[in-house]
Amino acid sequence: MNDIALSLDTVWMLLAAMLVFWMQPGFALCEAGFTRGKNTANILFKNFVDFMFGSLLFWFAGFGFMFGSDGAGFIGAPNWGDLSFYKGELPVEGFLMFETVFCATSATIVSGAMAERTKFSMYVIYSAVISLLIYPVEGHWTWGGGWLSDATADSFMMQTFGDVFHDFAGSAIVHSVGGVLALIGALALGPRRGKYAKDGSSRAIPGHSLTLAALGVFILWLGWFGFNPGSQLAASGEVNRTAISHVLLTTNLAAAAGGVATMFLTWWKYGKPSFSLMLNGVLAGLVGITAGCDLVSPVGAVVIGLLCGLVLVYSIEFIDHVLHIDDPVGASSVHGVCGILGTLLTGLLSTSNGALYGGGWGFFGAQCFGIIVIDLWAAVCGIALFYGIKKLHGLRVDARIEDEGLDVYEHGETCYN
Amino acid sequence: MKRIEAIIRKTKFEEVKEALLSSDIDWFEYHDVHGIGQSRQERIYRGIQYSTDVIERVALTIVCRDQFVQPTVKVIIETAHTGEVGDGRIFVSDMIETWSIRTGEHGDTVLRDKK
Repeated sequence: MNDIALSLDTVWMLLAAMLVFWMQPGFALCEAGFTRGKNTANILFKNFVDFMFGSLLFWFAGFGFMFGSDGAGFIGAPNWGDLSFYKGELPVEGFLMFETVFCATSATIVSGAMAERTKFSMYVIYSAVISLLIYPVEGHWTWGGGWLSDATADSFMMQTFGDVFHDFAGSAIVHSVGGVLALIGALALGPRRGKYAKDGSSRAIPGHSLTLAALGVFILWLGWFGFNPGSQLAASGEVNRTAISHVLLTTNLAAAAGGVATMFLTWWKYGKPSFSLMLNGVLAGLVGITAGCDLVSPVGAVVIGLLCGLVLVYSIEFIDHVLHIDDPVGASSVHGVCGILGTLLTGLLSTSNGALYGGGWGFFGAQCFGIIVIDLWAAVCGIALFYGIKKLHGLRVDARIEDEGLDVYEHGETCYN
Repeated sequence: MKRIEAIIRKTKFEEVKEALLSSDIDWFEYHDVHGIGQSRQERIYRGIQYSTDVIERVALTIVCRDQFVQPTVKVIIETAHTGEVGDGRIFVSDMIETWSIRTGEHGDTVLRDKK
């Protein structure tokens, strides 16, 4: 490849990495807005912890677990801060940065679902474990060249499905894993005090600033323009410049369709269009399109966005009213449910090998199988981690601390003075 | 010397303020208040319908000489009126004494209402 082309690809990758980093404040503001002002320092702090610990641990060992020399397709060899093992055309340090921001995105999804009641110290432990192990291992199975993405003719995936698992930018790998851990974390914690009445009915606990939440969602929307188009990891040449343009379009269409679907569904269900749920609807569309943004047509992207926006509302209702799992920001529905849905819909709507485009059911089967094993891994790790912490040390702050706010007791600093 | 306290609609605050300034009052205090009453407002948050009994109003406090009580009350009643339930209340009570911090004077003459 010529030198200028490689430089162009590198610049695009680094720019995309910066945009994906910018999703961290998006998550931080979104989560802060959907929760109460007495816990704002705490939730913002957790978002910083995710990025800080993620940056250090992913550089030190996670990157190796994910991309290091393969151990039976299951896990790479840890690199212990040494990047020399990596043999790719792009500069390894830039590539590490790009992968780091994806790892930190997965990690930071969970903080919203566990908001307003988790011990800060225990959250730090969770955050370290996902960046060091949970994310890099399933990342190795897929993007790291492990068993789910092994396209050699005699590999398990090719023998069974005739196709490999495809997740372009991480509906499954990043978002559904974060979403599953969010659900298990919220379940292990139990609901916030006062969330459910004695008769089991769910109470509204309005967040303290939908303004902040709205800004957060717009920032995430922008960040996604790095998340998805950046995952092409190249910009030079006709193939790449066409691909990143296509991915930018499908990403945006799905986001818009997700928000519109939620707006009209809530309008019909509740008599008024719900702003807070529409914000989630935009994110649902974005999460949903992430797996197949390179393979689906613009029409397919709109379909994915609409379906994710609709399913989101019912998912939030089901998790809240039926399962009684208290997820203050809807992370388990947005990232978990819509991440899974988007991964599956890619198997149907891919214009090259999707079932609805005459590609047969092999690819859809690969998507189903892939999402099951990835989220099973996340679930097993999540159960071991959160219930382990709960049993050994306790995951949740005392009732009095919860009532008066985590900011005062966990940090001694409050956001609004 | 009397203290007039009025609880009015937030939407009527600008009108009442202008009317008070163009009458003989040159200083009054106000603050946002939350009251609990019998009426309920329906709200929806993230798909959960709930009702709030918190009612938001503005409270005005005016201290004036006796001869200004009737005209001031009249101005408030005229401008804060919509005819719907919830227009508010006016309370008048005696004020015993007042001092000017700057001059040390006391008595109702320190109130700078006109005339």
